[in-house]
Amino acid sequence: MKTAATLEFRHVRKEYDGAPAPAITDLSFAVGAGEICVLVGPSGSGKTTAMRLANRMLEPTSGDILLDGRSVMARKPADLRREIGYAIQQIGLFPHQTVAGNIGTVPRLLHWDRRRIEDRVFELLDLIGLPAEMARRYPAQLSGGQRQRVGVARALAADPPLLLMDEPFGAIDPINRERLQNEFLRLQARLRKTVVFVTHDIDEAIKMGDRIAILKEGGRLAQYAPPAELLMEPADRFVEDFVGADRALKRLALQRVRDIDLWKAATVRVGEPVEQARAKLAAADLDIMLLVDDAARPVGWLSETALQGERVRAELRSSAEPVVELDDILRDALADLLMAETQYGPVVDGSGAVAGVLSIEALSHALTTEPDDLPSPTELIPGEDAAG
Amino acid sequence: MSGLLVLAQIVPRNRAGHQTCVQRNGFCPRWIVDNIGNYKEPFLRHVELTVLAVAFGFAIAFALALVAHRRRWLVGPITAVTGILYTLPSLAVFFLLQPITGRGVTTALIALTAYTLLILFRNVTLGLDNVPAEIKDAARGQGFSDRQLLWRVELPLALPEIIAGLRIAATTTVGLATLAFLAGAGGLGEPLFDGGEGINFQSNVVVAGGLCVLLAIALDLLLLGVQRAASPWQRARG
Repeated sequence: MKTAATLEFRHVRKEYDGAPAPAITDLSFAVGAGEICVLVGPSGSGKTTAMRLANRMLEPTSGDILLDGRSVMARKPADLRREIGYAIQQIGLFPHQTVAGNIGTVPRLLHWDRRRIEDRVFELLDLIGLPAEMARRYPAQLSGGQRQRVGVARALAADPPLLLMDEPFGAIDPINRERLQNEFLRLQARLRKTVVFVTHDIDEAIKMGDRIAILKEGGRLAQYAPPAELLMEPADRFVEDFVGADRALKRLALQRVRDIDLWKAATVRVGEPVEQARAKLAAADLDIMLLVDDAARPVGWLSETALQGERVRAELRSSAEPVVELDDILRDALADLLMAETQYGPVVDGSGAVAGVLSIEALSHALTTEPDDLPSPTELIPGEDAAG
Repeated sequence: MSGLLVLAQIVPRNRAGHQTCVQRNGFCPRWIVDNIGNYKEPFLRHVELTVLAVAFGFAIAFALALVAHRRRWLVGPITAVTGILYTLPSLAVFFLLQPITGRGVTTALIALTAYTLLILFRNVTLGLDNVPAEIKDAARGQGFSDRQLLWRVELPLALPEIIAGLRIAATTTVGLATLAFLAGAGGLGEPLFDGGEGINFQSNVVVAGGLCVLLAIALDLLLLGVQRAASPWQRARG
């Protein structure tokens, strides 16, 4: 079995008996292998219905769904489902089975031998960050977040090429929710599964999705695009309203400082010839010089008086704060600038050396231009410290 | 029943030893010690009647509940029929059955079994219905077949209700089986009602009745033990 499969909906229609209108009218879209596709929309938009059609928990009225190019309709539902991970908001852990028993569910259905199931259980516990002794606990003995992790581990147990997740973090408090989202993205960076993720929360969609399918009433696809495109160029009024008036701000969460064009700074050291410093200043995007130490780390902004002589003197007009990092998310970097009540701040790389200057002007420029290559959500996960 | 009430007036007589106590119809420990061996056979028969009736009843009610689990429309009719069986006085059933099955254990067992059906059917059905929908959804979504869902998820989760039903059925059957002697099936009813010759001999009532109570308690504890052993997860909390 492949680690990730493609999924394609072809003119899928779903009518429920007795319902006046179809839940899904005519839905077509394709998910690439290893991508997270988020289905998002208001209630009644058919997003959960669409997800449940993929593993035949529901049968389409017409149309076809292809998993790795093969129609799911040609498969026995139970066999198909064992190949597709399934995690739902209510989790649905089996209360009469231990954590190990729950995680080993699909491997047991697939008749793996006991040794292999046991190894897999411990591998998954490690993957989701639960201690091995949790294996013997019952679901009732776990916290909500732990249960949710076990639910994800259970969905991943047989290494399915497709994972269906229906509001998996919907019932979790905001703090743990963000933590679980980050954990999942970190996991996904390693596993590279194809994921269909259902949510009603546009912020979660933007955070989690490689691509977002915005659905409206009757399962109509309003727009299917990567998050940045959705925010930059909403296809219609519905999408515009759905992503919210703050869509420009939301884009800030999608990029890191390194993704935008930084200003070139004039970095000078104490004792450097003033002549040379003035030449640097002429070539820089900023009419003020940044004093750095021997390791090129920012010290502060130089005052005019520092250049009154032959060599640069250590006379500062202000400190270098705020210093932002190349890996910071734009939203956080902007927050730093606003907090420090300044228009710009030096940007440093991993070693602390100055890599450029981030200004509010550069930020707003970045928001109005289309970036060539936006990072995948798995590249935007905050560091462990932020998550933990 | 009126015949029994008349017999109740007659003072027990012709009993060996301890005439005074026995004739006074008192509580006679010595008499009990001397006669305890006479209770063995009725007691064992009582156990047999109870256990078999509950076992047959469970087999039938369980099968009916599984059928009705798939075909929901059957729940109503089955509840109605077993409900009628439940309300029929067992004495009447004994006499009604006698022309067909004669006097003896078979007749008593049929009546006692019929009596357990409603309780057992209702509790199995209730237990299966109480399995949370999201657990069934998660099980199906992971590829359980209907049969696997039933045996690996629904029935284990319904076990507490099923055993609760068995406990009620067992204790009521112990009580009802005291009437089995009227169908010629013996049991502790015989000494309790003095074989129909005379009732109310206190020592006899105390021993026979006491054995019934002990049997009911023992079966109840046994079933409780089974439940605890079979569902350790129920005690695992936070």
